[in-house]
Amino acid sequence: KPKTKRSKRFLQGREPKLNENIKKAMLFKGGNANQTVTQALKDIYSLKKPNAVMYKKKNITRPFEDQSSLEFFSKKSDCSLFLFGSHNKKRPNNLVFGRMFDFHVLDMIELGIEKFVSLKDIKNSKIPEGTKPLLIFAGDAFETGNEHKKLKNLLIDFFRGPTVPCVRLVGLEHVLHITALEGKIYLRSYKVLLKKSGCRTPRIELEEIGPSFDFTMRMIHLASVDLYKTAHRQPKALKPKEKKNISHDVFGMKYGRLHMQKQDLFKLHTRKMKGLKRKAE
Amino acid sequence: MAACSIEDVLAKAERDEAEKLKSISVHKELELEFDPGNLIAFDKNPTDTRAFKKQNKDAFLRSLARDNTQLLINELWKLPTERVEEVIVAKLPEPTTRLPREKPVPKPRPSTKWEEFAKLKGIQKKKKTNLVWDDVHKEWKRRWGYKRANDDTKEWLIEVPETADPNEDQFSKRIKAKKERVAKNELNRLRNIARGQKIKVPGVGLAPSDQQSKTELGKAIHVAKHSTASVGKFQGNLPKEKAPKNIGKKRQFQPLIGDFSVEKQKQLDLLNIMDSKKPRIDITKAVNKQMREEDRQSGFQKRKSSGKKGRKGNFSGKGTAKGKGKKGGPGGGGGKNRKPRMKQGKR
Repeated sequence: KPKTKRSKRFLQGREPKLNENIKKAMLFKGGNANQTVTQALKDIYSLKKPNAVMYKKKNITRPFEDQSSLEFFSKKSDCSLFLFGSHNKKRPNNLVFGRMFDFHVLDMIELGIEKFVSLKDIKNSKIPEGTKPLLIFAGDAFETGNEHKKLKNLLIDFFRGPTVPCVRLVGLEHVLHITALEGKIYLRSYKVLLKKSGCRTPRIELEEIGPSFDFTMRMIHLASVDLYKTAHRQPKALKPKEKKNISHDVFGMKYGRLHMQKQDLFKLHTRKMKGLKRKAE
Repeated sequence: MAACSIEDVLAKAERDEAEKLKSISVHKELELEFDPGNLIAFDKNPTDTRAFKKQNKDAFLRSLARDNTQLLINELWKLPTERVEEVIVAKLPEPTTRLPREKPVPKPRPSTKWEEFAKLKGIQKKKKTNLVWDDVHKEWKRRWGYKRANDDTKEWLIEVPETADPNEDQFSKRIKAKKERVAKNELNRLRNIARGQKIKVPGVGLAPSDQQSKTELGKAIHVAKHSTASVGKFQGNLPKEKAPKNIGKKRQFQPLIGDFSVEKQKQLDLLNIMDSKKPRIDITKAVNKQMREEDRQSGFQKRKSSGKKGRKGNFSGKGTAKGKGKKGGPGGGGGKNRKPRMKQGKR
């Protein structure tokens, strides 16, 4: 129970709300994590800063078997997204992306890194951290495959960043392009250069910065349909309130409806036309 | 001649437009799906695997990315813009992709009794200003709280109203009234919380809890007994019922301005006591109390240690003899000593 105003505000920040906070991610390593995996985690951490926490120590857990330590970490650091990196002979260079609902695991996808080029290997100027990225998903596999659809949803959730009402057009500098091709998933990160074109909309040139991954889909853990339904339920208060008795017709004219009570025509009070009154003669 | 040149001009203008648009237009078989609220684009076109294999992988991906980004940027540039502090900003619509929430939907807070009444009557909350003008200090002060405007409690002069008793203390009356109001507010707040959490609270008397101690039960009996019209005067006692001991005010204070002779006598008595040589505390009683306390402590220690060490060895014999020997010391020092102690001391 809070004893100071500051701690009370802190706890209120973590309560469930109508408009939620930005989802934070926690990145941590497993019992044996090699150089590749550690560097990959660090790169993704720099992409997700400041809404991410990176744990330095190794945690000997297996996300697909035991979820209790994941849930404990999530509760302590108030993170609903996680990324777990590990390496063993059977599954080399393993990354598990996952998200939580109410501090219980909702879904997890295991991706194996085939090829990885880190941020520091590509030597050019980078973008400031915290920029909201443009996300592009290419490939028809993202439409047809059920697992790919879930992966798409999870990656959107992971890399989306804060939801903003307006965005500075010049500041759209970062784009993450994800392609599903021949069973593999290619993630590339580019810097957007806006060049002059004849008209208002600029011409785009891309420069590769940032980490580039070649993933293969390994295991996937999905929640039950009921849990998904509960997680997607939006509070009624957020729905825009419909105005009743207002309609629009084909031409865009706005019509309103008034509901009148029945009027007794004999008791109506109209204007008195005294001149027209029949005088008693 | 003029007509030809006009046509030429128009044709040239069209060609220029096409040139301009060429740089930003991208041809795709299937149109992309956009979610501008989240800055997302979905490209459903099947990827050209032959081109992908032939070309350098990265270069292919890069050109694909460039095309898709161009389309997304075109879409974003179509959004309504406004100028915010010399910066052009596009207003984003609501995001369309359905994403799960982080935490479950919050439950609405239970409403208080006043809130329900206001809803029933249709009373709206009136927004009040933060600061109020204080004429006395000639400045803007808070409406309530520390250093508030028109503070009732800080007045140095209160006019005694016509109808009031002239010997009544108006200042203490105000303070008492405020205390009562604060207590009433606190009671109502707790009642609202109890109603919200559906905890049953009795109208009068003490609220029951799981394990009640003897004192709590005694207090509850006392409260129940005195909650009659004649304040418990005519309630009979049970056969072995005793009047509770610790009821009433803990400390009694004499009034500030009371009987002067009594006060004078009290002060003189105090001086006499200070002069006399008799010690104020009963030493025997104090020493006996101390010894009893030490007995209890050592007994407790012995039980604890015998519980732990009894399994291992038999140290208890040595421990008890030593303990008893020690107690002989302070027992001999007091005024009146208990006989058993003396016997052990002599040993």
